[in-house]
Amino acid sequence: MWVLVTASFLMIHLIPGDPVRAALGPTAPAALVAAKREEMGLDDPILVQYWHYLQDLFTGDLGTSIVSQLPVSEIVSQRLPATLQLALLAFLVAVAVAVPVGVLMGVLTRRGHGRRTELAFTTSSVVLGIVPDFLIGVGLVYVFGVSLGWLPVAGNDTPSAYVLPVLSLAIGPAAILSRIIRVEMVTVLEADFVRTARAKRLPARTVYLKHALPNALTASLTLGGLILGSMVAGTILVENVFAWPGLGSTIVSSILNKDYQVVQAIVIVYGAAVLIVNTLVDVALALLDPRSMIRED
Amino acid sequence: MSTLVFDDVTVQYGHTTAVDGVSLTVPAGQVVGLVGESGSGKSTLARAAVGLAPMQGGRILLDGAPVPTRGRNRPLQMVFQDPYSSLDPRMSIGESVAEAMPRGASRAERRAEVERLLELVHLDPARAGVRPSEMSGGQRQRVALARALAGRPAVVIADEITSALDVSIQGAVLNLVRELQRELGLSMLFISHNLAVVRYVATHVAVMHHGRIVEEGPTAQVLATPDHDYTRELLAAVPGTKPQTGTPR
Amino acid sequence: MRRWKGVLRTPLGLAATALTIGVLVLAVVAPILWTDEANAVDTSDILAGPSADHWAGTDNLGRDIFYRTLVATRLSVELALSATIIAVVAGLVLGTAAFLLGRRSGRLVSAGINIAVAFPGILLALFFAVIFGVGATGAVFAIGLAGAPGFGRLVQTLVAGIGSRDFVAAARVAGVGRVRILFRHVLPNISEPLVVNATISAGSALLAFAGLSFLGLGVQQPRYDWGRLLMDGISSIYVNPAAALAPGTAVLVAGLAFNLFGESVAKALGVGVVGGIPALPRVPAAPEAEEVAAEVHHQHDDVVLDVRDLEVTFPGPRGPIRPVRGITFAVRRGEAVGIVGESGSGKSLTALAVSRLVGDPGRVDASRLELLGTDLRASDSRAQRRLLGTSLSMVFQDPMTSFNPTLRMGGQLAEVARHHQGMDKKAALERAVDRLRSVRITEPQHRAHQYPHEFSGGMRQRAMIGMGLMGSPALIVADEPTTALDVTVQQQVLDLLAAIREAEDVALVLISHDVTVVGEVCDRVLVMYAGKIVEDLPAGDLATEARHPYTRALVAAVPDMDTDLDEPLAVIPGRPVDPADVPLGCAYAARCPLATDRCRAEQPPLETDAAGRRVACWHAGEPIDVEIRDREDVYEEVEAS
Repeated sequence: MWVLVTASFLMIHLIPGDPVRAALGPTAPAALVAAKREEMGLDDPILVQYWHYLQDLFTGDLGTSIVSQLPVSEIVSQRLPATLQLALLAFLVAVAVAVPVGVLMGVLTRRGHGRRTELAFTTSSVVLGIVPDFLIGVGLVYVFGVSLGWLPVAGNDTPSAYVLPVLSLAIGPAAILSRIIRVEMVTVLEADFVRTARAKRLPARTVYLKHALPNALTASLTLGGLILGSMVAGTILVENVFAWPGLGSTIVSSILNKDYQVVQAIVIVYGAAVLIVNTLVDVALALLDPRSMIRED
Repeated sequence: MSTLVFDDVTVQYGHTTAVDGVSLTVPAGQVVGLVGESGSGKSTLARAAVGLAPMQGGRILLDGAPVPTRGRNRPLQMVFQDPYSSLDPRMSIGESVAEAMPRGASRAERRAEVERLLELVHLDPARAGVRPSEMSGGQRQRVALARALAGRPAVVIADEITSALDVSIQGAVLNLVRELQRELGLSMLFISHNLAVVRYVATHVAVMHHGRIVEEGPTAQVLATPDHDYTRELLAAVPGTKPQTGTPR
Repeated sequence: MRRWKGVLRTPLGLAATALTIGVLVLAVVAPILWTDEANAVDTSDILAGPSADHWAGTDNLGRDIFYRTLVATRLSVELALSATIIAVVAGLVLGTAAFLLGRRSGRLVSAGINIAVAFPGILLALFFAVIFGVGATGAVFAIGLAGAPGFGRLVQTLVAGIGSRDFVAAARVAGVGRVRILFRHVLPNISEPLVVNATISAGSALLAFAGLSFLGLGVQQPRYDWGRLLMDGISSIYVNPAAALAPGTAVLVAGLAFNLFGESVAKALGVGVVGGIPALPRVPAAPEAEEVAAEVHHQHDDVVLDVRDLEVTFPGPRGPIRPVRGITFAVRRGEAVGIVGESGSGKSLTALAVSRLVGDPGRVDASRLELLGTDLRASDSRAQRRLLGTSLSMVFQDPMTSFNPTLRMGGQLAEVARHHQGMDKKAALERAVDRLRSVRITEPQHRAHQYPHEFSGGMRQRAMIGMGLMGSPALIVADEPTTALDVTVQQQVLDLLAAIREAEDVALVLISHDVTVVGEVCDRVLVMYAGKIVEDLPAGDLATEARHPYTRALVAAVPDMDTDLDEPLAVIPGRPVDPADVPLGCAYAARCPLATDRCRAEQPPLETDAAGRRVACWHAGEPIDVEIRDREDVYEEVEAS
């Protein structure tokens, strides 16, 4: 977290040129720029600035937008819920699809079974996994919004407006995740302890669900965590496709407007979200895998 | 001929002490067998000698001087357990052997030396250009021995060199080790968990348990009249030695 | 090179290769051919839909979108490739740093990489885009540097994998420097996955670039790439959808082409293509002697296991492979039978076949396969499962991996009783605790609540045996049960097996490569070579009465505590038979000092003598001149291979 906060502090100071001058435009009078610099404390030594920055951060003061003059914390808290809704819904959809599909495919394609099924599944999941979410979004907009006119393509006013953004965000991760789960499932089904379970002559369902699944999931989770993290970031692009009033559309317009105070805050929020996802994954891993407690020592 | 001396050597990984104040001497021209179970620290001791494991205490001396673990001059060479992992699959066996040779020789000299070494380990010198993947485990282990000899070592450390091999090949490699040792007068530290194998190649034996040497002495004496309980336990565990079962001899 | 051609053998690989080449060619020629068409402004025809003149319509200045999309190929590909080069170079530096720097600073670098990897690329790209400013150059650096941690981690993992191999240790012991090791040993061995992943990253970079440009953070007017065109197109998606779809499709096709090309190459380089399900020619009827032998054994009505003409077949790249080639034996109640042989002799597969655990795509055939009189060849029924689950128990080689790491020990044992004996949870757990006690595990009550990793190797192997005792087994099949254990622990496990056999009158099939282990535990020994039984004799006769030259060599090749120290060990020249390429005649002939032309041409039958011992050799029992064999030691393996 400290790395993240410091990095976003440095980000502003690494920008070539004067951020105030850049924000106010080349025509702004020199006196105004100087006053603004003074107000933001940009003329202080860098360590003093860093100290103030950390102090402000702890008290929840994220500064003021140089463009709209609104407190940044207000902008963020206004926009955050929409983004959270989008990311969480997409996450649930992705997991709800990926786990059963991955497990089923793993069982169907174990040990050279179902070569055609495997080829079809692998090909389609690779393709779906590669296509970036914003392109899926554009495609969905075209088919369901423009051609068929069934679903709204912008905003988040009605429940039906959620369908397309959530789908475009969830499809890629769902494909990748189900592919990972399939591979892990196939690997686990080859493991010695699954052979032991078969030697105990347990029914197939017990072997798959009780012995194979938990182990396949622990292995999948580590990689799955990375994908979920990228889903959080995926909201940035998808929000721009669907004019979703969240943080993602705000950060882009702020970068274009050179409103760096806002950018800085949103980067911190996104980074924190990714960290939280990773922590949650670690916790889930510890709950699922008794060995991980040993590893901590 | 050189003498290798371990003097109060300690190796720690984190909080675990793998080797705990071990002192051991490999006399010139002799083979010392080091036995013990997995985790007893015998491989770690070997790796410390060649600089692959960090030492927290003690000294390792070759003829009274510290063993160099940097630079090209390496008078201590090691043969590893798994011949499938110890040869670079991308290099021909000739290249692997030549890489370990001291610098400064001409190309022709190097080629002649590679041929001599392959001949020494009973491999056809004409096969210097083949890759390890075309060879059996026993043949690879011979290449590994040739590579160790290429460095003109004063002492060779053999770490479980037969335990990854099939029984039919194991005998041939053990014969080769004895033959090379006698012909070249090598000093050798021979690590194994198999007492029967150690008995066959080693003149002295040291028993390692929980990072310490619990007993050491001439092989025949230690095996006939073991002093330490753990040595007796090891001896009793050798298959085929229980009088009430097994083969009547 | 041959393996690279494998890419073209799959339809997907072929399509991806063709597409990749197509995209690259287009990137070169399109700007040369169509720049004028793409820039021609026609204010009378703005924002038009697709027509014969303009296949994808026109933009707000009346420029042709189709040509603009084609011309944009070069810039899009160029930018993506530059970003990839930055990612690869930075990744290589980061990834190899840990190897070159040594422990402490290396750990610092990898910690840094791990933190950076956890952050999604687009977030890093935005971060860098802010620093470098909006525009194409900034975006190249942004995407390149954003890709670096991922690539760095890949390199690091690969380097660490190679770095832990013994040949790197051997090079270090030989005094080869770190940098030289990196270039001579490490990088060549990881080059294939690196190239593959660089290709895949190029595809991802292309897509990421489109994303950045789409957000307006990438290429700025008047230059244009696909992402820029897409951004302009989507604002007028209701007027002319083609304006968004044309560049969108282009991005998609190109991105997919690079990605799929990389994936196909990865697959082609990874595992070889395995042939389809083979047509299985049956081996000619077993020699009559085997029938006689089987009859001899079958006269005892206390036969637990009766196996005749057992074969195991797998599909191979060049036709079916048969590692077990027709073996016949029986095990009586309370008898301990050892099966010895080298790796690849088919001994473990025999054990798996007998217990019906040979999985797909392997196939088991036998003219008889009976456990306690029940035919096991019948399809998997509930009754059969119960019989196998309670009467046959398996002990596997590696106790560390043979238990489910996520379940408690007690539960794993109790499962058997719950499924096959219909016990409730509590009773089953009590039985499990009792069984753990019976295999001499102290504090079984407490231990039953622990996970497998809290058990030592020897304890796990005993627990595995205990699990086999949940029912009332008539036969224990133990496949190399002590190979993974230390000698002192090995003895405890063997003693336990012997004690159980005595106490419960259980038959034991013990599979091992170690003649001395089998000789100590078993009554009778089956010696296997190349998928066949070559000798069947009482364990007590191994040292002195063995008649097959292979058995004799096997016994003599292993030093024991009585071996003569002045004599060289007996050796078996040559190497074991490859199951995919079994020679005509006696499979052992190539390594046998007694072999004659007859041996090489004609397979000896397994003949039974009056005492019930069996041997398959034309020269059984003939003396072997040890002196001559020892001279052959020179170059022997070379000649045989």
